[in-house]
This record gives sequence, C-alpha cells and structure tokens, in this order.
Amino acid sequence: MTETVLTGTVLTDTVLEVSGLHRSFGAVQAVHDVSFSLARGGSLGIVGESGSGKTTTARIVVGLEHADTGEVRLLGRDRSGPVGRGRRPRLERAREVQMVFQDPFLSLDPRTSVHGVLRETLRLHFPERRADHERRIAELLEQVGLGAREAGALPRQLSGGQRQRVAIARALAVEPAVLVLDEAVAALDVSVQAQILNLLADIRTETGIGYLFITHDLGVVRCVTEDVVVMRHGRIVEAGPTAQVLDDPQHPYTRLLLDSVPRPGWDPKGIAAARRALL
Amino acid sequence: MTDTPAGTPAADAATPETPNPETPTLEIQGLRLNLPGAARPVLAGVDLTVAARETVALVGESGSGKSLTSRSVLRLLPPGAATEGAVRVQGEDVLTMNAKQLRRLRTHTAAMIFQDPRAAINPLRRIGDFLTESLRLNADLPAAEATERAVRMLDAVGLGDRVLGQYPGQLSGGMLQRVVIAAALMGDPALILADEPTTALDVTTQAEVVGLLGDLRDQFGTALLFVTHDLGLAAAISDRVYVMYAGRIAETGPAEALFQRPRHPYTAALLRSTPHLDAPAGRLAAIEGRPPSLREELTGCPFAARCAFATQQCREELPPHLPVRGESSRLVACHHSEKLADQLAGSVTHD
Ligand SMILES: Nc1ncnc2c1ncn2[C@@H]1O[C@H](COP(=O)(O)OP(=O)(O)O)[C@@H](O)[C@H]1O
Ligand SMILES: Nc1ncnc2c1ncn2[C@@H]1O[C@H](COP(=O)(O)OP(=O)(O)O)[C@@H](O)[C@H]1O
Ligand SMILES: [Mg+2]
Ligand SMILES: [Mg+2]
Repeated sequence: MTETVLTGTVLTDTVLEVSGLHRSFGAVQAVHDVSFSLARGGSLGIVGESGSGKTTTARIVVGLEHADTGEVRLLGRDRSGPVGRGRRPRLERAREVQMVFQDPFLSLDPRTSVHGVLRETLRLHFPERRADHERRIAELLEQVGLGAREAGALPRQLSGGQRQRVAIARALAVEPAVLVLDEAVAALDVSVQAQILNLLADIRTETGIGYLFITHDLGVVRCVTEDVVVMRHGRIVEAGPTAQVLDDPQHPYTRLLLDSVPRPGWDPKGIAAARRALL
Repeated sequence: MTDTPAGTPAADAATPETPNPETPTLEIQGLRLNLPGAARPVLAGVDLTVAARETVALVGESGSGKSLTSRSVLRLLPPGAATEGAVRVQGEDVLTMNAKQLRRLRTHTAAMIFQDPRAAINPLRRIGDFLTESLRLNADLPAAEATERAVRMLDAVGLGDRVLGQYPGQLSGGMLQRVVIAAALMGDPALILADEPTTALDVTTQAEVVGLLGDLRDQFGTALLFVTHDLGLAAAISDRVYVMYAGRIAETGPAEALFQRPRHPYTAALLRSTPHLDAPAGRLAAIEGRPPSLREELTGCPFAARCAFATQQCREELPPHLPVRGESSRLVACHHSEKLADQLAGSVTHD
C-alpha cells in the first residue's frame, strides 16, 4: 500500500467507482458500458428485470467475475483485474467489499453453527485480535438481532429471515466499506423483509457502510436507496437520485417499470401494450 | 353458515342437478385440515366463496395455508391429510367425491395454475403433448380434436400454434406461464385456481399474465381464486379478498374497502410493513416476530403474540368471524376490531 493510495482513500468520498464496464457471455452482452459511483456511507440501488445484468455487475464489483473492459475502483484502488492469488490480496479485497445473496442457505456451511461462522470469519480476517473475538461476536449478533439460542443453531434450524441476518453479520464481521446486496430481501415475507430493511438502515447509520442494493422491487428501492440506476439489456437507461427517478422518470422503460407495479386502478393491458411497443 | 359473506348465499344441502345460478362456483365451509406431526390444524376452519365471474384474492405470508386451501379444491393434499368441512365446486363436495367424479372435476370443472411454470411442464415433451394430454387421457377426446382445441386456447393466451412443436426450454418464463394457462383452459373450467402464478415473473410480464386472466374471465365467465402474498397485486386485481394467518381467515371483504380501511390488526400491519412506491424513504413499520410454527399449539387469536393491541382476552379466546358494522359483506376475526377501526384505517394512509 503506497502513500498516494492511502491519501486518495482519505480524500475521496467515493468508496466504489465503476466506469465503462463491459462483459459478454458468447453473443450475450450481459453488461454494456456500465458506470456509477457510490459515496461513502451511501446507498445506491440497481433495478431492472431479470437478465438486465444486475448480478453480473455485482459479481464484477466483488471480484467473482471479471470485466472484458472497464474499471472498478474500491476506496480509490484499481480493482479491475482478477483478485490476486494468495491470502493477502483476497483478504484485502474482502475488507473492501462483501456480498449478501438472495438465498443465504447456499453460502452457509450446513455443519457450522452461527457462532462458529462468525468465529471463523474473525479468525481469518483478524487473527491478531483473537482476544477480542468473543466480544465482537456478541456485538455482531446484537447488531443483527440474533439471540443466544440462534447463535448455537445450524443454518437449517433457522428461518429464512434469521439466515439472512447471519449472512449480514458474517459480512459485517469483515468490516467492509461496501456491502453488495443482490436481491437479499426478495425471498422474505413482507413482515420479515421489513425487519431486515430496518436492520440494514440502522447498520448503515451506525457504521457508515455503503450499500450497492440490487433489487427488482421499486418499493424497496424507494425505501433504502438514495440514488438509483435503472438497467435494461445490460445498459443503464436512467440514473439519478431515487426520489427524482421514481417521481419523474425520463426514460420510457423506467416509466414502464413504474406503471407495472400493481395498485388499485392498475391497467395491465395498457402495460402489456407499452411493453410490446418498447421491445 | 354465519361466516358466509352476504350476497353469496350458501347452497342448499340437497345438490341440484343443474347448478343453481345462486350457487357459488366455489364454496369452502368450515374446512379443517390436519397433517401428521403438526400440533394444530394447518387449516383451522376456513370459509371462502368465489362466485362465477368473480376474482377473489387469498393473501397472507408464507406458511399461512394459502396453497393447501387452493389445493384442497382439487383434493391435491399431502399424504396423511385429514379433512373436515366441505369444499363444494358448483355445489358438489370435492372431499367426498369418488375417483371418477374427481377425475371429471380436475379435467373439466376446475384447473390449477402454479407459481413455477417450469416445474409444471415436463421439459422433455413438446408443448402440444402437454396441452392435449389431459383431454386425450381423461376425456377420450380424439387427438385431432384435442389439438384443435389446443390451438384455440393458445390463441386465447396470445400464442401461435408454432409453440405446439416446441419444447419448454425454447420458451421464456412469461410464454411458459401462458402455456400453463392455456393448459388450464383446455377443459373449459368454471373455476381457475391460480397459486402465485406471477411470483416468478418480472413485473412487466406479470402485468401481461394478469391482463390475460382478466380477459378470460370476460370471455368465458371463469371464476378465479388468485393466491398471492403480494397485497398490491391483490388490491389491483380482485373483487374480494381473504386475508389468511396461521390457517385461519383474519378478515375478508371487498378489495377496496379492505385495503383502505383494514379492520384486522394483521391486515393493517401487513400493509404498513410493505415498502411502498409512494411512501417516503426511511424505516418501515415492521411486525416483530414471525408466524407461529406448526409445532406450536395455539390458544386464542393466532396473531395475539405479534399484535400491538393484544389483551388477555386475545390470548385466551379465539375471536369469531363477525360482520363489520355497516358493511354487510365484510367479516373480521378480532375482539377489538370495532374500537380499533379509526386507528387501523389511519395507520395505512401514506399520503
Ligand atoms: N455465467 C454465465 N454464462 C452465460 N450467460 C450468463 C452468465 N451469467 C449471466 N449470463 C447472462 O447474462 C445476462 C445478464 O444476467 P444477470 O447479470 O444474471 O442479470 P440479472 O441479475 O439482472 O437477472 C443474462 O442474459 C444471463 O443469461
Ligand atoms: N406436504 C406437506 N407436508 C407437511 N406440511 C406441509 C405440507 N404442505 C404444507 N405444509 C405446511 O402447512 C402449512 C401451510 O402451507 P401452505 O398452504 O403451503 O402455505 P402458503 O401457501 O400460505 O405458504 C405450512 O406450515 C407448511 O409447512
Ligand atoms: Mg440477478
Ligand atoms: Mg403457497
């Protein structure tokens, strides 16, 4: 880590900056010229229908996927290439950005208890602070609203909402600057979803972490983001402050998405016609 | 009987030969369902009706019993399920039908559309075979006639006959769900049971499928029971709504009145916890805790443990379904509904 980078880190208020990302799979342009930035402690939404390139973008940001061209900067450092081999670069990247998926079950070891998951994460990332781990585990559990009973449980003994809390706690354990949430509340019932969304809002206030919040639900976007980009067929069709984009959409596709949200007096036939006109 | 909403009178005990026009297409009365290993009934006395041409939404969070309620209409129940009560389709009780009557019901009278079209269709068989199978096997319809009908139903859902020769893998999710709807229409059913039919689809595709279901109702007079966890969708499409919690109907009534002025604290809480497009950013009014598991026995109101207004009475006495004063077609199962009316209605306005 050089002095200039450190200075950059301190000076910039942008924790994540993505510019000109491209990624194709065969003939499919999954991501096409995507650029956006996330302020420190900010919350940026990515909305779009399935196949619009949201997940591919997220995977490039966290280093699970590479871009064909384009740049990803995290805390001012160029993170465009693949994550370097070996322990140090991987841990460094993990401290910059963590990801929470729609189905946390798939990312949790079925044989490790909640307490065990957090302990392993802390041992990996902060071996020098070993004496502090138990205190930190208690703090994390408290932060995500899990009790002593859940701490001893295995993933399959938990509900969907509780598992998502575990996934969030594990991500927070690493103290990343950015948390990427890919449809993280999509599988939850509304009452549980509301609990998790509130939890995420509180955590952002407390820790100053930034969110890249991927969702297909415009109500969720309104609730938890400050800025939003709308993606379609791999491209950004509209971007701006969330309230502005939702209240005064400029692109016909954004309007179509908004009109498609069911509400009394909703006109499904009109939406279907508008959709065909846009194809 | 007292739980039957006014305007949809119960059928007579003696089943008429030709369905009485007053007979609801679907009438569920006092349905109780027990499953092995559960500490309480999974369905604990459900009353629900759907009239011809009516679209009725059944809403609630996962595990509340929506799917089992709709599956009971075709008697597609888990092994070991024990039922009480009646589930009448066009006046005939499904729960006591013999195998032949049941086959007729499933082929011609009532059809089901599930959430995931890909799970409903064998990926190795052509769409044409999938569409005509039931009629060929159960109604002894010659293949040519079955295919002719398939072409007409595909046309009704906006698909050409080209898909007859295609495989499921060649179609998008939205197109496949239309194929599933066409399949449901093959037997000219009086009742369609749609269990989260658009949950796996994108919003714009959802609009298309919902518009299509509305057309079919206008065209064929089909009654529709639409199961969904999406309150906004229920409000947008249905004439009447049933809100279910832990195997019981919490409240029911016309969609507009119910969502504007909920009379059960659970309905109001659900509405408030839903992130709203027109609501300001910020914290949501979450409902603490989660629905009771089937391993828990329940006394009193099933929602009492999570309800901000619960009293000792709520924890001890099961609230009966009572009419809402001044609103003849509404029923609510809450001891305190009357005195909470203003508070509950006020809590859901976002403006
Ligand atoms: N590993 C992959 N191989 C081939 N195609 C892919 C792969 N990942 C994504 N795609 C394609 O890229 C496009 C964008 O996908 P994705 O980023 O998952 O969109 P979203 O998350 O918005 O649904 C889709 O057409 C998808 O099929
Ligand atoms: N085949 C089954 N065997 C055992 N329990 C079941 C079965 N199907 C559903 N259940 C249980 O019955 C309850 C109601 O389920 P369901 O009707 O699927 O709810 P919903 O459709 O509202 O999510 C749930 O607790 C569920 O776990
Ligand atoms: Mg995705
Ligand atoms: Mg269900």
